[in-house]
Amino acid sequence: MSNAATFDTRTDTAIPVESPLAYSYRRSGAPQAGGSSRLQLRERAMLGHLILRGGAIVLDEAVRDVLGLNLPGRPQTLVQDASGERSIQWLSPDEWLVIVPGGEEFPLETKLREHLGSAHFAISDVSGGQTLLEISGEAARELLMKTVIYDVHPSNFPVGKGVTTVFAKATTIIRRPSEDRWELVVRRSFADYCYRWLLDAGAEFGVNVQQ
Amino acid sequence: MFYIYCPYCGEHREEEEFHPKGQAHIERPKEPEACSDEEWGNYLFFRDNPRGVHHEMWVHAVGCRKFFNMTRHTVSYEILETYKMGEQPSITADSQAKPREAAAVSQQEGVRA
Amino acid sequence: MSQSKQQMFRLNTGGRIDRSRTLSFTFNGQRYQGHPGDTLASALLANGVDIVNRSFKYSRPRGIVAAGAEEPNAIVQLGSNEAAQVPNVRATQQALFDGLTACSTNGWPNVQRDLMGLVGKLGGQFMPPGFYYKTFMAPASMWLTYEKYIRKAAGLGRSPMEADPDSYDHFNQHCDVLVVGAGAAGLAAALAAARSGARVIVADEQEEMGGSLLASRETLEGKPADQWVARVLGELASYENVTLLPRTTANGYHDHNFVTLHERRTEHLGDTAPVENGHRQVRARLHRVRAGQVILSTGAHERPLVYAGNDVPGNLLAGAVSTYIRRYGVAPGRKLVLSTSNDYGYRAALDWKEAGCEVVAIVDAREAPAGDWVDAARAQGIKIITGSAVIEAKGSNRVTAARVAKIDIDAFKVSGPVQELACDTIASSGGYSPVIHLASHTGARPTWREDILGFVPGLVKGVQACGGAKGTYTLGDVLAEGVEAGIRAAATTGYTAQTVSLPSAERLQQGPAVALFQVPHEKSTLRGPKQFVDLQNDVTAAGIELATREGFESIEHIKRYTAMGFGTDQGKLGNINGMAIAARCLKRSIPEVGTTVFRPNYTPVTFGAIVGRHCRDLFDPERYTALHHWHVERGAEFEDVGQWKRPWYYPQKVNGKAETIQEAVARECLAVREKVGILDASTLGKIDIQGPDAREFLARVYTNKWEKLAVGKCRYGLMCKDDGMVTDDGVTSCLAENHFLMTTTTGGAAAILEWLELWHQTEWPELDVYFSSVTDHWATMTITGPEARKLLAEISDIDLDRDSFKFMDWRSGKVAGVPARVFRISFTGELTFEINVQANYAMHVWQTLFKHGEKYGLTPYGTETMHVLRAEKGFIIVGQETDGSVTPEDLGMQWAIGYDKPYSWIGKRALTRSDTKRENRKQLVGLRPKDPKVVLEEGAQIVLDPKHAIPMPMVGHVTSSYYSPILDSGFALAVVKGGHQRLGETVYLPMADGQTFEAEIVSTIFYDPKGERQNV
Ligand SMILES: [Zn+2]
Repeated sequence: MSNAATFDTRTDTAIPVESPLAYSYRRSGAPQAGGSSRLQLRERAMLGHLILRGGAIVLDEAVRDVLGLNLPGRPQTLVQDASGERSIQWLSPDEWLVIVPGGEEFPLETKLREHLGSAHFAISDVSGGQTLLEISGEAARELLMKTVIYDVHPSNFPVGKGVTTVFAKATTIIRRPSEDRWELVVRRSFADYCYRWLLDAGAEFGVNVQQ
Repeated sequence: MFYIYCPYCGEHREEEEFHPKGQAHIERPKEPEACSDEEWGNYLFFRDNPRGVHHEMWVHAVGCRKFFNMTRHTVSYEILETYKMGEQPSITADSQAKPREAAAVSQQEGVRA
Repeated sequence: MSQSKQQMFRLNTGGRIDRSRTLSFTFNGQRYQGHPGDTLASALLANGVDIVNRSFKYSRPRGIVAAGAEEPNAIVQLGSNEAAQVPNVRATQQALFDGLTACSTNGWPNVQRDLMGLVGKLGGQFMPPGFYYKTFMAPASMWLTYEKYIRKAAGLGRSPMEADPDSYDHFNQHCDVLVVGAGAAGLAAALAAARSGARVIVADEQEEMGGSLLASRETLEGKPADQWVARVLGELASYENVTLLPRTTANGYHDHNFVTLHERRTEHLGDTAPVENGHRQVRARLHRVRAGQVILSTGAHERPLVYAGNDVPGNLLAGAVSTYIRRYGVAPGRKLVLSTSNDYGYRAALDWKEAGCEVVAIVDAREAPAGDWVDAARAQGIKIITGSAVIEAKGSNRVTAARVAKIDIDAFKVSGPVQELACDTIASSGGYSPVIHLASHTGARPTWREDILGFVPGLVKGVQACGGAKGTYTLGDVLAEGVEAGIRAAATTGYTAQTVSLPSAERLQQGPAVALFQVPHEKSTLRGPKQFVDLQNDVTAAGIELATREGFESIEHIKRYTAMGFGTDQGKLGNINGMAIAARCLKRSIPEVGTTVFRPNYTPVTFGAIVGRHCRDLFDPERYTALHHWHVERGAEFEDVGQWKRPWYYPQKVNGKAETIQEAVARECLAVREKVGILDASTLGKIDIQGPDAREFLARVYTNKWEKLAVGKCRYGLMCKDDGMVTDDGVTSCLAENHFLMTTTTGGAAAILEWLELWHQTEWPELDVYFSSVTDHWATMTITGPEARKLLAEISDIDLDRDSFKFMDWRSGKVAGVPARVFRISFTGELTFEINVQANYAMHVWQTLFKHGEKYGLTPYGTETMHVLRAEKGFIIVGQETDGSVTPEDLGMQWAIGYDKPYSWIGKRALTRSDTKRENRKQLVGLRPKDPKVVLEEGAQIVLDPKHAIPMPMVGHVTSSYYSPILDSGFALAVVKGGHQRLGETVYLPMADGQTFEAEIVSTIFYDPKGERQNV
């Protein structure tokens, strides 16, 4: 075993939770532009987020066996399972972001640790620290051009890509899981700023926020 | 606003994603206690300030978070190469001083978006 | 009937304006009419408005000179209401819209009857070059007085006093090829690049793309050139890989092909942006373009000739005259005299004549002009006076006559008799200056080409110039160069471009131009009437000559001394003439005199576009904890800690009145000391450290020892940089043998993570350890005070017994039903539990604590109370007690230094340097004011002898100072030279108001010196 402490931060009991955008919905609301909307925004809250660190060679087999996904070895790559519910994204030569349905992260971490044994690696649960925003609609790319400095043109940002970059004056992970859908992974403490920014920048396109 | 090729991400990225970290290839003395005050002071405080080819360390702070090295011309601001931590530059002030054609340029002219 | 009576200079036919519709506008309070397609400038000329401004320094009446970005005079203030005010708009670049309201920026109080001129202003002989430096710099204290009047008199425009209703944007663009300027060269280049499939952006500053082709007398394929323009634009617009940006000025070229474009999206439609589908459109947008290749097809600006009285309204550039006639259907006068040094100028006379107006004469500086346009003028029966120039314009508010004479250019003198030709318009052409501003921003020096009498751009990697910008003026050659540039740019960015078949252009014969810049006058430059070089900054030929006489030889110095090319003008019309005059005075060639460096921005950019969306409540990110909403509801006042909003204190209403900060903090402090308080400590940086070498790594980056820290234990750690100075501190807990959780200061979180990575990646890659930020994952709630255990026991399954869960231990269990890690550490000196839960559960846990905490007097406290409580205990705050020059020993924290650790940890070597061992270093001490009511000022300087003559030797300063409610006294922490040896001594703190406070140096621990309370 890796001799690290694991800790299941979730509880089964019916305890109210608040997503990173809970305050933002109260403060800024969830605009509904209706039919004229060219932009849809949705938070996918309470997912399981794990940071995986280690050498690609060390992690590859464990990830395939436990998660059923190939560890993306190429920079800026995002791999998903068939349902799109589970994904793993290259963040750095020795760092990956795993996102799974909420509650799966602890069993996944445990299984990975078992599989990896005494190898040198690290797994950190960051599920409470970030949230995933989904952006779709015909104006999505324009909105992103106002927001992130990275080139989001399809020729540079095909489906299956993901990068860490600058979001206005904050940072984000931006991913393209499918043709018409973008995902932003934002840090909890910056989430309200990011949400307000997206509403403001998107206002001219008419925003529908799905809660 | 530099356009910097991150050797770990394998892409050009905007300068806003990076932090400059000063001169490259400054090695901490293996045995600090064996250093004289002057030697330690040199390690801590004294840096080159060349007009021309310079080697700098940068970090891809909003990105892969990896430190890497850059050979940059301090007059033209041209980035002649970037290379991973632990590697040596292929372009130096000396190699640049030799006939021009000898100087390898790691990037083709211009960059594709 | 579209022709309104007022538009007496509007031609009946021609131009790209829509005569079927009439637009009303107001200029300086007068109502006028124009047509769609007009600029404000063309509409003013159509209405015979001669004076559009008063000059900057001499307050002289000024009229429209140019038709584009180079216009120096017609700079107006726009806006029909206060919120819509926009300063520094060039009338030549502002499209006319119905209801447009503009006024002159200069000419307070009135352009027609200028008060400043009447009272002598600050002008005339009172303002020679160097005036600012000579007059206003001494006494410096008077500058503020002068500045107010100069600004008002100089009329630099004004900003709106009401909030701007519009929104502005930034757009991050990436392309293979950026084409700047969509004239003949730019369109050809764009076409070639676009057909290759490359991602192309075409930016053009005008209302319509096409540049000079929109008003050209030349044909392409035998048809008017604008037909070719329309066809090319149609094709470009059909490509998905092409972005066309009209009304978009490339204002700055920055490193590595980063170009900023200023797009005016709705400024041609009205004062404020229109609303579409209920959403207000973005008024202006700053495109931040990263281009693979940049093609500069920015064309050339015509150079005016410098002659006496050349600033009187009615003096125009020859090309501008043509543009107004051909593009806007306006003849800016009735009787024209043209003064030229080249063939190009002739086109103005031909256009003028064709418009049905009178050409009095063409005055050509060349002895024997010859060329197709010259022949055409002769064929039209236009009188041509050769070897001559207009040496002076007569008139005050409008040109009334041109004084014409033979000139000897080499000898710089008038060589024949002067004749006076009655006219109302003088057009001049001194040739062209390539628009090299953007190329100049690259830092590459332009080079002078004697054959074209102009500077062509020096270029850096990835940038090409073509057409006029490169000094190529023949239409056929311009098109060919454009195509070539487009193909090369596409190829360099990885595309294969086919050649583009070019439309056939006329091959016109042209005679050589003569180098004429300043025209000689019968009188010497210094004694004769003013000859203006830079109209916007009122720089004259005499001013430049004077500067050279005063010893200024570098053009950069002359520029600063005279103000030539300053401000919004950036030397578009004047710089080359100014250099030529300096060269003449210094008896050097123009390239020897040098070039001036143009700087961004090419034309003014509205602040809105610069700011974009980064304003108001989006100015900077505000970081919130998971409990932020509770704090807001509770009425907390917030403190900015980095980007975090932290509750500062929670004022309560007492008898309907909100507590002051002092009252609130006193209440919060006593609650913690006597009952229990709660702090949202979620902002502390938290770094998850895993790996077999984690412990070794900690030992190297912290000053203290980590080898024996057992699982379940926490330890305070101090971090230095390798210079031995304290940089961060925090508690690190051992979660498992290979697993630690480090906390950092709130402000240091990101920097410390980067610091750890730096050492791991560069110096110690052999250590097996990984770091990940978990700051946002955990919410941290600190309950502290004598009742803390009782409160926590009610809602936690953790054994809180003091002997099993000791001070500096951590345990996991459930708190309010939520899995939690609880740390028994203390920053207040009281019994403390820091509860960490996954942030999504934080609100539930916090509220549960309050549900149970009421009976214990649970009180939320903010950062101010936290500061007081920790200072009472002598706990430092990095960045408050330290400033990058303080060692652990200076802080009296020898206990946290492991000098005998095996590895030479970061900072160790420096701590044995003679300077860090010095006994009289500033050391941290406590200060007890002699008068307990006194709260010393933070930052106050400390002296030993208050009677010492000024300057008194200062021995230290106050780092933290508060009123302590529990001690009912002021108290402070301070750094004092040799302070550790001075306990009991009295020091003095002289204040700015003359008071001197006395204080005694005491221990840094003011409360519970034995530390018993945290162990209860
Ligand atoms: Zn990188």
